[in-house]
Amino acid sequence: MSVGIDWVKAWVGDTVRVVSENRVRLIELDREIGDGDHGENLDRGFQAVKAKFDALPDGETPAAALKLVATTLISTVGGASGPLLGTAYLKGSQALGDATSLDSAAIAAFLTAARDGVVMRGKAEVGDKTMIDAWTPAVDAASAAAEAGKSVAETLEAAASAAEKGAESTEPLVAHKGRASYLGERAVGHRDPGAESSSLILRAAADAATATEASA
Amino acid sequence: MKKLINDPKNVVDESVEGFGLAHGDLVEVTPDPLFVSRAGGATTGRVGLVSGGGSGHEPLHAGFVGYGMLTAAVPGAVFTSPTPDPIVAATLKADGGAGVLHIVKNYTGDVLNFETAADLADAEGVRVVSVIVDDDVAVKDSLYTAGRRGVAGTVVVEKCAGAAAERGDDLDAVAAVATKVNSVTRTMGVALTAGIVPHAGEPSFTLPEDEIEIGIGIHGEPGRERIKLESADAIVDRMLAPILEDLPFSSGDRVLLFVNGMGGTPLVEQYIVYRHAAKVLADRGIEVTRTLVGNYVTSLEMQGVSITLTKLDDELTDLWDAPVETAALRWGR
Repeated sequence: MSVGIDWVKAWVGDTVRVVSENRVRLIELDREIGDGDHGENLDRGFQAVKAKFDALPDGETPAAALKLVATTLISTVGGASGPLLGTAYLKGSQALGDATSLDSAAIAAFLTAARDGVVMRGKAEVGDKTMIDAWTPAVDAASAAAEAGKSVAETLEAAASAAEKGAESTEPLVAHKGRASYLGERAVGHRDPGAESSSLILRAAADAATATEASA
Repeated sequence: MKKLINDPKNVVDESVEGFGLAHGDLVEVTPDPLFVSRAGGATTGRVGLVSGGGSGHEPLHAGFVGYGMLTAAVPGAVFTSPTPDPIVAATLKADGGAGVLHIVKNYTGDVLNFETAADLADAEGVRVVSVIVDDDVAVKDSLYTAGRRGVAGTVVVEKCAGAAAERGDDLDAVAAVATKVNSVTRTMGVALTAGIVPHAGEPSFTLPEDEIEIGIGIHGEPGRERIKLESADAIVDRMLAPILEDLPFSSGDRVLLFVNGMGGTPLVEQYIVYRHAAKVLADRGIEVTRTLVGNYVTSLEMQGVSITLTKLDDELTDLWDAPVETAALRWGR
């Protein structure tokens, strides 16, 4: 079982909706330990992505479509999350090459490259209370699922569940990167908004794969 | 929340448009991608200076575009660094053939977006050198944080580097001036209340009526501690102590004393702060030879102030005194 451009389109569509629905909640999370713009910025970015995708020509490869997500996020989101998430999509897309059909190994490679891109830009490690706390367990879970021969939907489901746990795991942490790092101990007890939005995006990827596989 | 806005989504665009209309003799506004540049464009053969960052800190940075200071400024969304596109466009516009200096406040988003923009501008054939401003002494340990933030001292960096560019220094020399100013500039801030981000509609953090936040950055984010409200003099003592020991500043030093309002604190209180700061410095034998008091790097309507000291030598004094003609700072011309 594999997925292609239909999955990418469904994923982006779900992400646009989920980010918009969670805009206020992400703003609230960010107000607690940052400056309260995360939901606003991501929503602005994914609305711009939606506009581009509505005009996406037929026959694009998954890589080309995901690169479009990357450049749009980089040029509309701003802050730290724009370059970081944009780099995730960019590096991830580069790992896909010209493939039109992605199996679970390709999905795991995509997620790994995306995570490595975020680490390259932001230099954060697991435990720094950043989006990496969602991405790295997601990559580990996806890689294990792919190696175990799971389907694309199962692989992304594993990634999404791990990302959600990862986002939750940021709550007791002291932040070491980004603006929350200035709070010191006072960041403890608050979930990192970047980890939370990353888990929402990965959940959308899993839901889209489940829907795409069901209709295939 | 009461605000004089039409639509939270249009706050920055409409504000910058108004700024352009108000100061058409000094600046021109490019709407898409949004940036502000010097009226008449770059000066041929002179290094261009580009700075930028989230909006909500006015007059930083657009208020410092003009003769003797910035060539262009890039406003991002409120409290959000601009994206690379407008930074690249501003950089190309600011290039007079001698390259462009990016003056970047040390905030994660600003650094990442300016870094990307510098790469893209380089690819367009414009040489870019970046200087990161990190004057805030409130952040101690950069091992466990994103490092010291760039705050009010940015104004001093922009002023002196702008003067160096105006006198004809080459790009590396202008960058060296900016680096030097940053290395002798230290700032500490305090917040009494939070600002209100237009799209959030609520204060960006909550501070009880009788408490203050010591060591804030320019978005109200903390650096040191939250304490009970004290007298102005006691607060100034708390702010000056870490500044003075950090560089350190000592007897015989000449300094610029810059008291900056965060947007919601009237001048009457800023001068009370200045009064005590000047006395403390005089008691320590530190000579205040230049002064700046007012709202220059704000945080929307946040109540609070920051105190900045820059150690001045003859060169920096001359560069500070050099003529400047911008919306927010002008003298000597």
